Amino acid sequence: MAQVTLNNIRKVYPNGNEAVEPLSFSIADGEFVVLVGPSGCGKSTLLRMVAGLEDISEGTLSIGDSNVNHVDPAERDIAMVFQNYALYPHMTVRKNIGYGLKNRKIPAAEIEKKVQEAAKMLNLTEYLERKPSQLSGGQRQRVAMGRAVVRDPALFLFDEPLSNLDAKLRHQMRIEIKALQRRLGVTSIYVTHDQVEAMTMADRIIVLNAGRIEQIGTPAEIYHRPASTFVASFMGAPPMNLIDAQVKDGRVVIDGDTPVADAQGTGAVTMGIRPEDVEIGPTCDMPFTIDIVEELGAHRLLHGKLAGQDFTIHIGKDVAAVAGPIRISINPDAVVLFDAETGVAL
Amino acid sequence: MKRAGFTTRWLPMLLLLPQLAVIIVFFYWPAAQAVQSSFYLEDPFGFGSTFVGLDNYTYLAQSTEYAKIARFTLVFTILVTFFSLALALLLAVKADKVIRGAKSYRTLLMWVYAVAPPVAGFIGLLMFNQSWGPLTELAKSFGWDFTLGVNATDTAAAMVLVSVWKQVPVNFIFFLSGLQSIPKSVREAALIDCASAIRRFWDVTFPLLAPTGFFLLIINITYALFDTFGIVDTLVKGEPGNNPMTLVYKVYVDGFRGNDLGGSSAQSVVLMVLVLALTVVQFRLVERRIHYT
Amino acid sequence: MDHAVLILGSLFLLVPLLMVLQTTTTPDLDTIKNGPQFVIGNRIDDNFMAAMFKASGFSGENTGMRMLMNSMILGIGFAVGKIVIGMMAAYALVYFRLRFATFAFWLIFTTLLLPLEVRILPSYEIAQKLGLLNTYTGLIVPLIASATATFFFRQYFRSIPEELVEAARIDGAGPVRFFIDILVPLSQTMIAAMFIIMFVYGWNQYLWPTMVTTDEDMYTLVRGIKQLTQDLEGTSIPQYGRANMLALIAILPPVLIVIFFQSWFVKGLTESDK
Repeated sequence: MAQVTLNNIRKVYPNGNEAVEPLSFSIADGEFVVLVGPSGCGKSTLLRMVAGLEDISEGTLSIGDSNVNHVDPAERDIAMVFQNYALYPHMTVRKNIGYGLKNRKIPAAEIEKKVQEAAKMLNLTEYLERKPSQLSGGQRQRVAMGRAVVRDPALFLFDEPLSNLDAKLRHQMRIEIKALQRRLGVTSIYVTHDQVEAMTMADRIIVLNAGRIEQIGTPAEIYHRPASTFVASFMGAPPMNLIDAQVKDGRVVIDGDTPVADAQGTGAVTMGIRPEDVEIGPTCDMPFTIDIVEELGAHRLLHGKLAGQDFTIHIGKDVAAVAGPIRISINPDAVVLFDAETGVAL
Repeated sequence: MKRAGFTTRWLPMLLLLPQLAVIIVFFYWPAAQAVQSSFYLEDPFGFGSTFVGLDNYTYLAQSTEYAKIARFTLVFTILVTFFSLALALLLAVKADKVIRGAKSYRTLLMWVYAVAPPVAGFIGLLMFNQSWGPLTELAKSFGWDFTLGVNATDTAAAMVLVSVWKQVPVNFIFFLSGLQSIPKSVREAALIDCASAIRRFWDVTFPLLAPTGFFLLIINITYALFDTFGIVDTLVKGEPGNNPMTLVYKVYVDGFRGNDLGGSSAQSVVLMVLVLALTVVQFRLVERRIHYT
Repeated sequence: MDHAVLILGSLFLLVPLLMVLQTTTTPDLDTIKNGPQFVIGNRIDDNFMAAMFKASGFSGENTGMRMLMNSMILGIGFAVGKIVIGMMAAYALVYFRLRFATFAFWLIFTTLLLPLEVRILPSYEIAQKLGLLNTYTGLIVPLIASATATFFFRQYFRSIPEELVEAARIDGAGPVRFFIDILVPLSQTMIAAMFIIMFVYGWNQYLWPTMVTTDEDMYTLVRGIKQLTQDLEGTSIPQYGRANMLALIAILPPVLIVIFFQSWFVKGLTESDK
């Protein structure tokens, strides 16, 4: 078990392209950290630098107490689960799981014992003699997990491990991976572009954009107090509503004079509000026009215009709504304000 | 190169060593030597050689015999390429159509791929035997008095026929696999859009097969230029005499039999330039056609 | 209609081979008089024995048996040499960070442009200088001096998912381990396909063996064809049975390999189109 520290880590490719700007953070022993961001944000590069598959251009990386900048991937005491699983197609499940141990010159009897344990933990015992091509997607995913678990590493690295699975399996594997990590207590870094995975699995989320850290925080912090308009619109489905607004006389106003919340300063801002922090009803204070009602069973989404700007509202299944004008009010405590120019939270 | 390649220094050099050694000794050295000796005139009795500049080339350019052989090679190449491609395409389209037995036909049509060119030539000799060759008889029944090795046109016809016979299987295999890789959905879309099978072939199948066709075109030209050596040599029974011959055969005859090393080397260099030009054309065509795939 | 075309095509390709086969079953005198007939004779054993164990040259050493062995050595030696050298070079080019990789790449793949035929004479002189005439090394190695197999393997290695080498590195496999444990087993089909194509190619070589082997005990079956045609010409009672049987023996091994391993062979061959 180990803590991981990244200190001013940077990645510049030989062609001058800076994939990761100098960034620092550390991960506590046993913590599950998710790196999330759109494709090309540098999250995979960062993970691969931690794995040792990519050179670190600048900065220091330590796992446990030792600097591992120049340590071979095999010696870093890590295990990695790949997006396409990277199972060896010509080896049986047993050999796939045991291959890393065999290379470490561990006696065959001990390998067998560990493989059996891992297989039992992952419900793979009856598939040990099969080849990857004879397994379903979920089973392959488990084999990839088994290969990581069996090595008993200090650090798990996951590179979008669920993106090749269908929605139902993905949900199930999400829970399994999280439970397994809890049980083993191994420090983990998990890369994904799926914000739902990030929210549901992480102890802490690191949101990356264009090689920079946008925000580090618990899922709740990231969701309710996004540090930038980027985080606000990236996290959550549907995303946070972002509306052009003005601060006047200590109040936020959107259009006309209806005050939405208290605020300091003055001038143009971007106001963020989650769709579920809006109420509808005849006594509410602002007019809203519903264009489309999206029925989702457990709840409904109302898409329409607030003061001429796109706006989405989340309502419970018991609240009736049809297209046309209604009245709404915004929960002032849930409002987040961002600088209209830079998008940084005020 | 893979992103996560190994960084070991000495191992890749060690791995490349045999390949590099072999090509340097048996490719670059002889190729360079061919270029070099094309500027020299070898003494016929082996007493050294004299630098003659471009003489060997100007001789070639002025030689009517060489021009004749070049013309023959051109016609030969066009005929062999055209007939072996056309025949193979016809057979592949038919084999692709039949549902039953497509694989058995492929097996039957593949055999000849494995026959060596000189053996094909040997079989040609049998077929065109002067006194009882089945094909001589066949020609006779059409009033064509076929005399292999005596009449130059007849010999050339035999060369073309045997070369086509030998090359059809390769083209067939490529065309069939090209046809089979056309997605089913595209065929079905064509079936809905167009009623005429012939139109469908020319509007949909043929353009989709074009990349395979261009690739094969180059393969076949190279085959006709170089790989038919064995066929030519066997059909003329090693006696060029008045018989038609290809450029490669001439290189061999002049250099190995006639000991005209300079002249033969100049011919080699001409062929090298020809092949390089072909390759450039190939890359150009492939590049332009790449969007089809 | 489709079947009619296909049957005609098959006959066009196969009938000549059947005629050769027929002449190996009848007495030579029948063939000399009438050529191929619709009869199956009983001479196949005699002709086979004559082809395998009788020699036609001066030395008496170029029996069918001897030539068959030489052809096997050439076919297998060529295929194995090509595959081993090609795999090694392709591995180095695809999986290592090499400073002169681009240079090596061009050096190697330029060889695809010029066939042996255009540099045949200087190649012969070099083989002579190195004392390789009438040796198996001289027969095989110069033929290997092109990069077809290297090219195929390079294409194939590049199509293998990147993550596999990464997973192997994390699993503690070094470059040698990875090659032996992962890459070679993964390439099995490709190796098989290459072997078939290269074996047939090597077996069928004619010009180079004709030049480099002059000792009759070094003749291959295909090179021996030249002598067969001369024998048929030069004698009053040509031994068609024996000669045609030898031609068949020269055809049979590559044909059998191609037919039996058809799917591998077709896959390997058409892969070059990609």
